[in-house]
Amino acid sequence: MSALLLPALVLGPLAAGAVAAVVPRERGRVRAAVGLTTAALTALACAVVVGGVATAPGHEVRVALAGWEPPLGIVLRADAASAALLVLTTLVGVAVSVTVAVRDDAGGGPAFWPLWLGLWAALHGVYVTQDLFNAYVLLELVTVGAVSLVALGKGRSAGPALRYLFVAVVGSLLFLLAIALVYAEAGTLDMSAAAGRVAPGPLLTAALALTLVGMGAKMALFPLHSWLPVAHPAAPAAVSAVLSALVVKAALVVLWRFWVALAPAAGGAAHVLAVASGVAGSAAVLWGGLMALRQRRLKRIVAYSTVTQVGYLALVLPLMAPGGEAARAAWSGGLLLVVAHGLAKAAMFLAAGVLTAAYGSDHLEDLRGAMRHRPWVVAALGVAGVSLAGLPPTLGFAAKWQLLAAGVESGQWWWVAALLAGGLLTVGYTAVVLRAVSAPADAGEQAPEPPPAAVPTVQAAVPLALAVAAVVLSVLAGGLAGLVADTAPRGLA
Amino acid sequence: MTRLELLLALGCAVLVVGLVAHLLARDLVRRVVALNVASAGVMIVLLVLATRGTEPDPVAQALVLTGIVIMAAITGLALALVRRVEAPEDEEAP
Repeated sequence: MSALLLPALVLGPLAAGAVAAVVPRERGRVRAAVGLTTAALTALACAVVVGGVATAPGHEVRVALAGWEPPLGIVLRADAASAALLVLTTLVGVAVSVTVAVRDDAGGGPAFWPLWLGLWAALHGVYVTQDLFNAYVLLELVTVGAVSLVALGKGRSAGPALRYLFVAVVGSLLFLLAIALVYAEAGTLDMSAAAGRVAPGPLLTAALALTLVGMGAKMALFPLHSWLPVAHPAAPAAVSAVLSALVVKAALVVLWRFWVALAPAAGGAAHVLAVASGVAGSAAVLWGGLMALRQRRLKRIVAYSTVTQVGYLALVLPLMAPGGEAARAAWSGGLLLVVAHGLAKAAMFLAAGVLTAAYGSDHLEDLRGAMRHRPWVVAALGVAGVSLAGLPPTLGFAAKWQLLAAGVESGQWWWVAALLAGGLLTVGYTAVVLRAVSAPADAGEQAPEPPPAAVPTVQAAVPLALAVAAVVLSVLAGGLAGLVADTAPRGLA
Repeated sequence: MTRLELLLALGCAVLVVGLVAHLLARDLVRRVVALNVASAGVMIVLLVLATRGTEPDPVAQALVLTGIVIMAAITGLALALVRRVEAPEDEEAP
């Protein structure tokens, strides 16, 4: 049953996106209805697939499309990592769909639905594909969808969208060259089949380096991050949430899968590249955190926070390298962090969207009094910030604990320092936001602030629901981590 | 240097030229064209790889075909965005 649903996870939203595209633009309600129906069905299908993965032997559901096995055919495969990402995508996807359905403005107009459903399909495809070239095509589909969604933003959003497109396409071209090198060496595009057929050498090293740089550009890894703090805030609120929570993770998943399959064969060169990834990640943690502290606009603070969190995720590569217990902890910690960050970041961007809609601006100065007028939205910001900083009792804590354990286990204390410093900086910029919104509305000598504009209650409740999910899921973190760790890679050793 | 290695080096050179031009150019249309040149470099590499055996490798050729289609779609999107970026303030699309 879950094997049958794997192709449906990709083709279903894609077909719905096509249906939404042929509904006339003026019929916005119909498009929203198509979107909501798809979201509900997708959530159902995801639940079945995740259940299937949890109960299947080896925690793996696999289907060869049309019965053709590789090297001729293409295999879709959902493992524990895919399951974690599917859970995240379902929660964020439903939250975003509901937000835009109750308030068209949050998504940038009726063009949102076809683009978002197409993007959703491509994301699912990235999570379950086993084929390198498929991964490339699906990543391009993700890019086209994400860039078009950014361009729906108010004001001059075309510039940031174009900049994002340029960086993403350069990243894809480097990845395509890496695929060509792997194909030249292994003669197959199936990732697990290629793993056994590559030999250490300059070709494999070049392929790994190209993938690291290419995917680094796509997921805004320092020093290739400068497009993200421009593009993410320029997008409509719901789109920012999707970009930070999910789109960045698509490139990350491809990097991790490529790495897990092919890096062990590369020997010492892979260790050097893993350290390079760790150095870039540590720099991202510190730089992103410091820049977030200096911003005066809520959406830019949240965007720089994404740069920081991508840095954490890049640290997983060196933490995983020693193999054994450290690799298990790093792998499960990394995947938990992907889920924790996705939930927290989506909650923050959707909350920022509510506040921007209510106050007409996301300047921290203009948000004074928000604590009194919109307590639940501010609560969502606070809880999400606590999860991002990695404090208990949240999913972020469970994730960072695993990463710290991996660092200590393998004696790589220098990465631990970056992890802890990043947590402090996160507390810092969360405090800056909370201080600004809790300032009294009539502070200073100006006239009292005008009361905020009305926002649909549902839209205001969604961010809190996501933030609460980050707390509730921490109860299940043990089980989730166990499931993921069972299928952890063996590291580079 | 064999003919194969020469052609592979040519593909890589075209990629590098395209990427450098893309990074250095100021004009947006020029940057889009440079990106297309860079992608042509990757396509050359794939096409050369397809000629390695005694028979042409259809898989690599299919990849090139798909790659060209994707690049065409991306160029279209990029040019549409360039038009909006360079439109005068009052004419910008809603």
